[in-house]
Amino acid sequence: MAYLDKKARQIFLWEFVQAFFLSMRYFFAPKMTLNYPYEKSPLSPRFRGEHALRRYANGEERCIACKLCEAICPAQCIVIEAEPRDDGSRRTTRYDIDMTKCIYCGYCQEACPVDAIVEGPNLEFATETREELFYDKAKLLANGDRWERAIAKNIELDAPYR
Amino acid sequence: MARKLIIDGKEIEAEDTLTLLQACEQAGAEIPRFCYHERLSVAGNCRMCMVEWVGAPKPQVSCSLQVKDIFPNKDGTPAKINTNSPVAKKAREGVMEFLLINHPLDCPICDQGGECDLQDQAMGYGRANFHRFHENKRAVEDKYMGPLIKTAMNRCIQCTRCVRFATEVAGVPDLGATGRGEDMEITTYLEKAFSSELSGNVVDLCPVGALTSKPYSYNARPWELKHTESIDIMDAQGCNTRIDTRGRSVLRVLPRLNEEINEEWLHDKGRHIWDGLGRQRLDRPYVRKNGKLQAASWHDAFALIAAKAKATKPERMAAIVGDLAAAEEIKALKDLMTSLGVINLDCRQEGATLGGARPSYLFNTSIAGVEAADALLLIGCNPRWEAPVLNARIRKTWLAGALQVANLGLAVDLTYPAAELGTDIATLEALADGSHPFAEVLRNAKRPMLILGTGALARKDGAAVLYRAAKIARETGMIGPAGTAAEGGWNGFNVLHTAASRVAALDLGFVPGPEGRDVTGIIDGAQKGEIDFIYLLGADELPLETMGRPFVVYQGSHGDAGASYADVILPGSAFSEKDGLFANFEGRVQEAPRAVFPPGEAKEDWAILRALSEELKHPLPYDTLEALRRVLVAELPQYGALGTLPRHEGADPALWGALGAEGPLAIDVPLAAAIGDYYLTNAIARASLVMADCSRILLHDGQTKMAAE
Repeated sequence: MAYLDKKARQIFLWEFVQAFFLSMRYFFAPKMTLNYPYEKSPLSPRFRGEHALRRYANGEERCIACKLCEAICPAQCIVIEAEPRDDGSRRTTRYDIDMTKCIYCGYCQEACPVDAIVEGPNLEFATETREELFYDKAKLLANGDRWERAIAKNIELDAPYR
Repeated sequence: MARKLIIDGKEIEAEDTLTLLQACEQAGAEIPRFCYHERLSVAGNCRMCMVEWVGAPKPQVSCSLQVKDIFPNKDGTPAKINTNSPVAKKAREGVMEFLLINHPLDCPICDQGGECDLQDQAMGYGRANFHRFHENKRAVEDKYMGPLIKTAMNRCIQCTRCVRFATEVAGVPDLGATGRGEDMEITTYLEKAFSSELSGNVVDLCPVGALTSKPYSYNARPWELKHTESIDIMDAQGCNTRIDTRGRSVLRVLPRLNEEINEEWLHDKGRHIWDGLGRQRLDRPYVRKNGKLQAASWHDAFALIAAKAKATKPERMAAIVGDLAAAEEIKALKDLMTSLGVINLDCRQEGATLGGARPSYLFNTSIAGVEAADALLLIGCNPRWEAPVLNARIRKTWLAGALQVANLGLAVDLTYPAAELGTDIATLEALADGSHPFAEVLRNAKRPMLILGTGALARKDGAAVLYRAAKIARETGMIGPAGTAAEGGWNGFNVLHTAASRVAALDLGFVPGPEGRDVTGIIDGAQKGEIDFIYLLGADELPLETMGRPFVVYQGSHGDAGASYADVILPGSAFSEKDGLFANFEGRVQEAPRAVFPPGEAKEDWAILRALSEELKHPLPYDTLEALRRVLVAELPQYGALGTLPRHEGADPALWGALGAEGPLAIDVPLAAAIGDYYLTNAIARASLVMADCSRILLHDGQTKMAAE
């Protein structure tokens, strides 16, 4: 009986019919693809994108040059130099990230005791030259200023799980 | 007497004189501690070292419990000590919790972070992820402790190591504690600088980040630094150091343990000159054209020197070695000058009349040997400035027992009491013929010693001073059987050099040959036009302004006095940038290896001389540093045995009788100090901003001394 059943399916091209209906179902279903860059998929609050250095609400930079991010970075792409600022506080004079070396592991933001260095939600920072990917402190602070609202929101959303 | 203890199940015999902490360490147990330090008195106030004595009602503070006070159990079995039992563990966790109650936990901005005892021990012995203190923390105002020590008194855990160091080792009781309980604060009382030459050591002693180094502040983290084990050449003691570098710059200098030389201390000049290594550097050759120094190539500079040297007769040429030169370049310069036939060689910039037999210019007692002495005569020397770490050793000897000290020379605070004999050199005569009361003290002492300083030897009548010092040494029994102090021999005749290169230069015979001119002769000759060519190997401490206009070649690392009078400047390396051998004043040879590379076009000094010798058509017979060292060791075997102390020959009348010259003393000239400013004694120190600050604040009452004054 099973033999006849199998042969009948072969004769009537049952698999083809099945495949046809499957194709038709997807043909009329809503599409998964997005019209990037006009449409974008949602990102998790934990998404690890382009780095940024944040500031406090009063404009003071958060980074205190503790160098923990530099120490933990497995790709060794962070370089920091520090010295006392005029008011005696500990600050960086140089904060460089080589984005071509970075592996976006997020250890730096985990290590940071003051939430200064973060990997923000931005993933669209492709450049035309390699040199543009060697970020310095000014670039990172500018990133922080630009993305602060999104970054603050992400940190807030992730806070209950920490 | 020894006593049996069972420590962590291991039975050991501990001497009665030990503390329980030391006994536990003997048994291989690790005891955490903050206030206890091997070289300081026991305070017992941090309570971190608690252990369990089975049967005792409470945990015991092991640093202040002596082994002799631990009685055996009732049944006669040895007392049982547990260092890792639940009782001991709970006690430590409690102490750690109390310590952290008032600690600000600002490790990310603290310079001690990464090398902090409190951080490490909180990880090792504290309770993880646990806190139940929600009240406000104590806040303490930061104190001013001078240009070298930065304070963050919130972090202080009141271990009082710094106070004990200042009072006991440094002998400058500027630090103290006020208030009690939670209100206890470490302070200098009057907001003044901690005025000791050993002040930097409190930074090392501080187990937390309350006292940190001001010049190094926020510069680097300990894990970024590369360590090079080196030695200090700011004075002639040869303190063992560790140079910490990052990239091409030296970021700090720390002491290294060497019981025979510096224990674990380092003086401030050796510790803080590192910023001078990056300033005022000669990083390319210069040649004087139309009265102005202009940058030139190595080739041009060599060609000019070669032309001048060829045109000058050897007797009109001279060479002087400075204070910071390593043995290798002294040897290379000596060989080069000898091959040219030059006999006007000298290394004694200050004009001392030393040379000849090796024991006659060494610190024969040895630094560790000082501890065996019971009478000490200082002649024209201020060890507090000329060798601060040696001075701490003398103070330690004085603290430990009956060391009688007499000071013939300027009255200064040596940090231990000394009979001031005045600055009148006639007193030396009285000491030599035995009529002075202190001569009696020296005769009665079992192990008397004298230290002859540069201040006495650099006088015009230096040879006569040396003669009388040797006479005192012979006649008061300072020179005993052969050997080192440890072997039972004794030699109390000591010369205290102030320059790190001096002993090596004297060993190599960098002194005028017969008929040759010494430093004074060279400068006078240049003034009279009898010397036309002077080669200065880092020599800056000369009265160069009086020497007229000879052709001067200056080879060195820093643009200091010598360079400004030079016609050709050859940029050399500082001690941190080359492999160099230095003999300290005991005659102990040590190596200072390269920590960083020299800046710009600067080269290693021996290599410059080797290249120059090729240009002068008298090539030196070595092409590598190894070959040079082989030649050096063949000449002086001592330079092959690094770190060992020379044994002295004992009471050999032929040697000790011929010292100095029996001339009259210049009675009308009082003894003067060898060093005018402790913080600015050489080219590197003068280039250092930190040293300038120290000199201004600590020695000149905050007044800046301008160059024009």
